[in-house]
Amino acid sequence: MLEQILFFGLSALGLGSGFGMILNRNPMYSVLFLILNFFCIGGLFLTLHAEFLAVIQIIVYAGAIMVLFLFVVMLLNLSKEQKWDYKSDWKRLAAFVLGGAFLAQMLYMLSAVKDFQPKPPAPFVHGKVEAIGASLMTTYVFPFEMISVILLAAIMGAILIAKKHKE
Amino acid sequence: MTETDQLFLYQAVSATMFMLGVIGVLTRRNAIIVFMCVELMLNAVNLSLVGFSKFWNDPTGIMLVFFVMCVAAAEAVVGLSIVIAIFRNRQDVDINDVNIFKG
Repeated sequence: MLEQILFFGLSALGLGSGFGMILNRNPMYSVLFLILNFFCIGGLFLTLHAEFLAVIQIIVYAGAIMVLFLFVVMLLNLSKEQKWDYKSDWKRLAAFVLGGAFLAQMLYMLSAVKDFQPKPPAPFVHGKVEAIGASLMTTYVFPFEMISVILLAAIMGAILIAKKHKE
Repeated sequence: MTETDQLFLYQAVSATMFMLGVIGVLTRRNAIIVFMCVELMLNAVNLSLVGFSKFWNDPTGIMLVFFVMCVAAAEAVVGLSIVIAIFRNRQDVDINDVNIFKG
Protein backbone atom coordinates (compact mmCIF):
# COMPACT_ATOMS: atom_id res chain seq x y z
CA MET A 1 0.00 0.00 0.00
CA LEU A 2 2.78 2.41 0.95
CA GLU A 3 4.63 1.45 -2.22
CA GLN A 4 1.61 2.34 -4.32
CA ILE A 5 1.22 5.72 -2.63
CA LEU A 6 4.92 6.38 -3.23
CA PHE A 7 4.65 5.25 -6.84
CA PHE A 8 1.67 7.43 -7.70
CA GLY A 9 3.04 10.45 -5.84
CA LEU A 10 6.46 10.21 -7.43
CA SER A 11 5.10 9.61 -10.94
CA ALA A 12 2.68 12.52 -10.67
CA LEU A 13 5.46 14.80 -9.43
CA GLY A 14 7.86 13.53 -12.10
CA LEU A 15 5.41 13.98 -14.97
CA GLY A 16 4.37 17.39 -13.65
CA SER A 17 7.96 18.58 -13.48
CA GLY A 18 8.54 17.18 -16.99
CA PHE A 19 5.63 19.30 -18.24
CA GLY A 20 7.05 22.25 -16.36
CA MET A 21 10.39 21.72 -18.04
CA ILE A 22 9.11 21.67 -21.62
CA LEU A 23 6.63 24.53 -21.10
CA ASN A 24 8.73 27.00 -19.11
CA ARG A 25 10.29 29.76 -21.18
CA ASN A 26 13.05 30.60 -18.71
CA PRO A 27 15.97 28.13 -19.17
CA MET A 28 16.94 28.36 -15.50
CA TYR A 29 13.51 27.18 -14.32
CA SER A 30 13.63 24.39 -16.91
CA VAL A 31 16.90 23.12 -15.43
CA LEU A 32 15.46 23.22 -11.89
CA PHE A 33 12.34 21.33 -13.04
CA LEU A 34 14.52 18.70 -14.68
CA ILE A 35 16.49 18.25 -11.43
CA LEU A 36 13.19 17.65 -9.61
CA ASN A 37 12.23 15.17 -12.32
CA PHE A 38 15.52 13.27 -11.86
CA PHE A 39 14.94 13.08 -8.11
CA CYS A 40 11.50 11.60 -8.79
CA ILE A 41 13.00 9.00 -11.14
CA GLY A 42 15.53 8.15 -8.42
CA GLY A 43 12.63 7.61 -6.04
CA LEU A 44 10.90 5.39 -8.60
CA PHE A 45 14.11 3.32 -8.83
CA LEU A 46 13.87 2.89 -5.05
CA THR A 47 10.31 1.62 -5.32
CA LEU A 48 11.65 -0.93 -7.85
CA HIS A 49 14.27 -2.10 -5.28
CA ALA A 50 17.17 -0.83 -7.39
CA GLU A 51 18.97 0.95 -4.55
CA PHE A 52 22.32 1.32 -6.26
CA LEU A 53 20.81 2.90 -9.36
CA ALA A 54 18.75 5.30 -7.23
CA VAL A 55 21.91 6.53 -5.49
CA ILE A 56 23.79 6.79 -8.80
CA GLN A 57 20.84 8.62 -10.35
CA ILE A 58 20.93 11.28 -7.66
CA ILE A 59 24.72 11.62 -7.50
CA VAL A 60 25.49 11.48 -11.23
CA TYR A 61 22.37 12.93 -12.85
CA ALA A 62 20.87 15.32 -10.32
CA GLY A 63 24.29 16.14 -8.91
CA ALA A 64 26.96 16.20 -11.58
CA ILE A 65 25.21 16.46 -14.97
CA MET A 66 22.56 18.96 -13.94
CA VAL A 67 25.11 21.17 -12.17
CA LEU A 68 26.98 21.21 -15.48
CA PHE A 69 23.77 22.26 -17.27
CA LEU A 70 23.08 24.92 -14.65
CA PHE A 71 26.64 26.16 -15.03
CA VAL A 72 26.31 26.49 -18.80
CA VAL A 73 22.89 28.21 -18.58
CA MET A 74 24.34 30.74 -16.13
CA LEU A 75 27.49 31.16 -18.22
CA LEU A 76 25.63 31.91 -21.44
CA ASN A 77 23.05 34.13 -19.69
CA LEU A 78 20.33 33.49 -22.29
CA SER A 79 17.19 35.53 -22.56
CA LYS A 80 13.71 34.03 -22.39
CA GLU A 81 12.30 32.39 -25.47
CA GLN A 82 9.60 34.22 -27.33
CA LYS A 83 6.03 33.36 -26.50
CA TRP A 84 4.27 31.07 -28.94
CA ASP A 85 1.72 32.38 -31.32
CA TYR A 86 -0.54 29.37 -31.91
CA LYS A 87 -2.23 30.81 -34.99
CA SER A 88 0.91 31.37 -37.05
CA ASP A 89 3.08 28.71 -35.41
CA TRP A 90 0.99 25.65 -36.25
CA LYS A 91 4.04 23.35 -36.40
CA ARG A 92 4.47 23.36 -32.63
CA LEU A 93 0.79 22.68 -32.08
CA ALA A 94 1.11 19.78 -34.54
CA ALA A 95 4.05 18.45 -32.48
CA PHE A 96 1.84 18.38 -29.38
CA VAL A 97 -1.07 16.73 -31.18
CA LEU A 98 1.07 14.10 -32.90
CA GLY A 99 3.00 13.43 -29.69
CA GLY A 100 -0.26 12.88 -27.83
CA ALA A 101 -1.52 10.56 -30.56
CA PHE A 102 1.70 8.54 -30.51
CA LEU A 103 1.54 8.30 -26.72
CA ALA A 104 -2.04 7.02 -26.93
CA GLN A 105 -0.89 4.39 -29.43
CA MET A 106 1.97 3.29 -27.16
CA LEU A 107 -0.31 3.03 -24.13
CA TYR A 108 -2.87 1.06 -26.11
CA MET A 109 -0.16 -1.31 -27.33
CA LEU A 110 1.24 -1.77 -23.81
CA SER A 111 -2.20 -2.52 -22.39
CA ALA A 112 -2.96 -4.94 -25.24
CA VAL A 113 0.13 -7.10 -24.66
CA LYS A 114 -0.11 -6.88 -20.87
CA ASP A 115 -1.73 -10.28 -20.42
CA PHE A 116 0.94 -12.15 -22.37
CA GLN A 117 3.87 -11.07 -20.25
CA PRO A 118 5.47 -13.91 -18.28
CA LYS A 119 4.92 -14.01 -14.56
CA PRO A 120 7.87 -13.02 -12.34
CA PRO A 121 9.51 -16.09 -10.81
CA ALA A 122 11.32 -15.07 -7.62
CA PRO A 123 12.01 -12.06 -5.38
CA PHE A 124 14.30 -9.50 -6.93
CA VAL A 125 17.92 -9.63 -5.73
CA HIS A 126 19.81 -7.89 -8.54
CA GLY A 127 19.41 -4.27 -7.43
CA LYS A 128 21.81 -4.64 -4.52
CA VAL A 129 25.29 -3.16 -4.63
CA GLU A 130 26.97 -6.55 -4.10
CA ALA A 131 25.15 -8.13 -7.03
CA ILE A 132 25.92 -5.22 -9.35
CA GLY A 133 29.58 -5.13 -8.29
CA ALA A 134 29.94 -8.87 -8.81
CA SER A 135 28.51 -8.78 -12.33
CA LEU A 136 30.52 -5.65 -13.21
CA MET A 137 33.70 -7.55 -12.38
CA THR A 138 32.72 -10.80 -14.12
CA THR A 139 30.20 -10.70 -16.97
CA TYR A 140 30.44 -7.02 -17.82
CA VAL A 141 34.13 -6.40 -17.19
CA PHE A 142 34.91 -5.51 -20.81
CA PRO A 143 32.18 -2.85 -21.20
CA PHE A 144 33.14 -1.55 -17.77
CA GLU A 145 36.70 -1.00 -18.93
CA MET A 146 35.51 0.52 -22.21
CA ILE A 147 33.55 3.13 -20.24
CA SER A 148 36.85 4.56 -19.02
CA VAL A 149 38.03 4.94 -22.63
CA ILE A 150 34.76 6.66 -23.57
CA LEU A 151 35.02 9.06 -20.64
CA LEU A 152 38.63 9.89 -21.54
CA ALA A 153 37.62 10.52 -25.17
CA ALA A 154 34.75 12.75 -23.99
CA ILE A 155 37.08 14.80 -21.79
CA MET A 156 39.55 15.35 -24.62
CA GLY A 157 36.80 16.10 -27.14
CA ALA A 158 35.14 18.62 -24.83
CA ILE A 159 38.41 20.44 -24.24
CA LEU A 160 39.16 20.51 -27.97
CA ILE A 161 35.70 21.74 -28.98
CA ALA A 162 35.19 24.34 -26.27
CA LYS A 163 38.63 25.93 -26.13
CA LYS A 164 39.32 29.23 -27.79
CA HIS A 165 40.95 28.90 -31.19
CA LYS A 166 43.80 31.22 -32.03
CA GLU A 167 43.29 33.53 -34.99
CA MET B 1 -3.09 -5.10 -8.10
CA THR B 2 -1.23 -7.88 -9.88
CA GLU B 3 2.41 -7.61 -10.86
CA THR B 4 1.68 -7.28 -14.58
CA ASP B 5 -0.55 -4.32 -13.73
CA GLN B 6 2.32 -2.77 -11.81
CA LEU B 7 4.68 -3.37 -14.71
CA PHE B 8 2.15 -1.73 -17.03
CA LEU B 9 1.96 1.31 -14.76
CA TYR B 10 5.73 1.73 -14.75
CA GLN B 11 5.81 1.36 -18.55
CA ALA B 12 3.00 3.91 -18.89
CA VAL B 13 4.87 6.47 -16.77
CA SER B 14 8.02 5.78 -18.76
CA ALA B 15 6.22 6.16 -22.12
CA THR B 16 4.60 9.43 -21.03
CA MET B 17 7.91 10.84 -19.86
CA PHE B 18 9.56 9.78 -23.13
CA MET B 19 6.81 11.52 -25.08
CA LEU B 20 7.31 14.70 -23.04
CA GLY B 21 10.95 14.60 -24.10
CA VAL B 22 10.02 14.12 -27.77
CA ILE B 23 7.53 17.01 -27.67
CA GLY B 24 10.15 19.19 -26.00
CA VAL B 25 12.72 18.38 -28.70
CA LEU B 26 10.18 19.21 -31.41
CA THR B 27 8.86 22.45 -29.92
CA ARG B 28 11.72 24.17 -28.14
CA ARG B 29 14.29 26.34 -29.89
CA ASN B 30 16.91 26.83 -27.20
CA ALA B 31 19.68 24.28 -27.85
CA ILE B 32 20.27 23.66 -24.13
CA ILE B 33 16.59 22.89 -23.53
CA VAL B 34 16.54 20.51 -26.51
CA PHE B 35 19.56 18.79 -25.01
CA MET B 36 17.84 18.52 -21.63
CA CYS B 37 14.83 16.94 -23.33
CA VAL B 38 17.17 14.27 -24.74
CA GLU B 39 18.35 13.60 -21.18
CA LEU B 40 14.72 13.28 -20.11
CA MET B 41 14.13 10.69 -22.86
CA LEU B 42 17.19 8.72 -21.73
CA ASN B 43 15.88 8.71 -18.19
CA ALA B 44 12.44 7.57 -19.26
CA VAL B 45 13.97 4.59 -21.06
CA ASN B 46 16.11 3.87 -17.97
CA LEU B 47 12.95 3.69 -15.89
CA SER B 48 11.38 1.29 -18.37
CA LEU B 49 14.50 -0.93 -18.33
CA VAL B 50 14.62 -1.08 -14.53
CA GLY B 51 10.93 -1.93 -14.49
CA PHE B 52 11.40 -4.87 -16.85
CA SER B 53 14.49 -5.94 -14.93
CA LYS B 54 12.57 -6.04 -11.67
CA PHE B 55 9.51 -7.84 -12.94
CA TRP B 56 11.41 -10.43 -14.97
CA ASN B 57 14.04 -10.82 -12.23
CA ASP B 58 16.89 -10.33 -14.69
CA PRO B 59 20.00 -8.22 -13.95
CA THR B 60 20.65 -7.27 -17.61
CA GLY B 61 18.36 -4.25 -17.50
CA ILE B 62 20.06 -2.81 -14.45
CA MET B 63 23.51 -3.23 -15.97
CA LEU B 64 22.31 -1.59 -19.19
CA VAL B 65 21.00 1.37 -17.19
CA PHE B 66 24.37 1.67 -15.47
CA PHE B 67 26.16 1.90 -18.82
CA VAL B 68 23.54 4.27 -20.24
CA MET B 69 24.23 6.61 -17.32
CA CYS B 70 27.98 6.54 -18.00
CA VAL B 71 27.48 7.27 -21.71
CA ALA B 72 24.96 10.00 -20.86
CA ALA B 73 27.56 11.70 -18.68
CA ALA B 74 30.07 11.65 -21.55
CA GLU B 75 27.39 12.82 -23.99
CA ALA B 76 26.40 15.75 -21.73
CA VAL B 77 29.99 16.94 -21.56
CA VAL B 78 30.50 16.84 -25.33
CA GLY B 79 27.07 18.32 -26.10
CA LEU B 80 27.50 21.23 -23.73
CA SER B 81 30.91 22.03 -25.17
CA ILE B 82 29.30 22.09 -28.63
CA VAL B 83 26.65 24.49 -27.29
CA ILE B 84 29.41 26.72 -25.90
CA ALA B 85 31.22 26.63 -29.26
CA ILE B 86 27.99 27.61 -31.07
CA PHE B 87 27.41 30.43 -28.61
CA ARG B 88 30.95 31.71 -29.07
CA ASN B 89 30.45 31.95 -32.83
CA ARG B 90 26.90 33.35 -32.95
CA GLN B 91 26.15 34.90 -29.51
CA ASP B 92 22.93 32.83 -29.46
CA VAL B 93 21.89 29.17 -29.25
CA ASP B 94 18.64 29.30 -31.20
CA ILE B 95 18.70 26.05 -33.21
CA ASN B 96 16.49 27.46 -35.97
CA ASP B 97 19.29 29.83 -36.92
CA VAL B 98 22.10 27.30 -36.79
CA ASN B 99 22.08 25.87 -40.31
CA ILE B 100 25.71 26.01 -41.46
CA PHE B 101 25.45 22.44 -42.83
CA LYS B 102 22.49 23.36 -45.02
CA GLY B 103 23.39 22.71 -48.66
